[in-house]
Amino acid sequence: MDTTLTRSELYPLRRREVVRRLLADRGDLLVVTGLGAATWDAADAGDHPLTFPLWGAMGGAAMIGLGLALAQPKRRTLVITGDGEMLMGLGALPTIAVRAPKNLAVAVLDNERYGETGMQTTHTAGPADLAAMAIGAGFPAAADIYDEDGLAEALPRIRGEPGPLFFNIKVRAEDLPLVLPPKDGAYLKTRFRAALLGPEGAA
Amino acid sequence: MEHTETAVWPGQIHRVLREHEVRQVAYVPDAGHRELIEMCARDAAMTAVTLTTEEEGIALLGGAWLGGQRGVLLMQSSGVGNCVNMLSLARTCGFPLLMLVTMRGQWGEFNPWQVPMGQATPEVLRLSGAMVFEADRAEEIGETVEAAARMVFNGPACAAVLISQRVLGAKTFGR
Repeated sequence: MDTTLTRSELYPLRRREVVRRLLADRGDLLVVTGLGAATWDAADAGDHPLTFPLWGAMGGAAMIGLGLALAQPKRRTLVITGDGEMLMGLGALPTIAVRAPKNLAVAVLDNERYGETGMQTTHTAGPADLAAMAIGAGFPAAADIYDEDGLAEALPRIRGEPGPLFFNIKVRAEDLPLVLPPKDGAYLKTRFRAALLGPEGAA
Repeated sequence: MEHTETAVWPGQIHRVLREHEVRQVAYVPDAGHRELIEMCARDAAMTAVTLTTEEEGIALLGGAWLGGQRGVLLMQSSGVGNCVNMLSLARTCGFPLLMLVTMRGQWGEFNPWQVPMGQATPEVLRLSGAMVFEADRAEEIGETVEAAARMVFNGPACAAVLISQRVLGAKTFGR
């Protein structure tokens, strides 16, 4: 087990509080959360039928967000995921940038660790820079957020600025109690479609 | 490559996709699917999404279905190998998933590096929970895609149509 003290243990932003604020007064926001801690964080903020929480499909969160954003151009789609999950599907960044959906934002909670497997460091603990990769992939806007001021500035942009947007939010590496949403994928899918599309969506 | 300018099956597939109200068309560029991709990209009713790797398409189409749209994933047999874990998403959640696969490493293949994945493709798909439909002749392709699309969207189910390299012609690199 990696016991090296890293800089991310000192980051001021706390992931559960960040996600509560990303989801506060969410209105008709559509949300996809990536395996795994981002999914627990969103459950801690309050399970919701228009949140699709991934328990698997690692590397797929941003692409699910793209498909959803293209299908629902009048709604805002927010993907909340972790650094490890994003690193597994980096090709999604140029794929999203090429389609350039104005209604899609991706927020990565970057604690520089693989939380589900023992808090081993990810490449973002080293030289890898996800926001720079998003810019390099062609995102018109991407930024790192390190503190409260940065978060306060980003929140309204995540909700309202024409996308696609990418925010890499540096959060403290910490072990938190698991808060689990429902895990039956078919139920989560049908619940989401019924809430979004009405009774026809559940058929 | 020998697939000809006069092939009718790409247009037949396009018609089937339109009839099934397919709205998102995901693909990694592919010679065998070139004409179909061009037809879909020109179709105002469809959104074409170019991928960096095929597994992105499984996730994309899951999101499309959450948002109320049907989709299709076009790929070469080598791409099936890139999809394996992501196929769990379609199975676990019961997302309809229609995959149209042009085969390599199957019929007179010139490039031995294509053979292992091409030979494993039907079994990999079945092990991952997809129904497999094989179209060995050009005249079978349209009706096979129609049969698969019905089962996928009436399911929901996960299905792949394998379009034989015999139809597409083997790439020869001029040899």
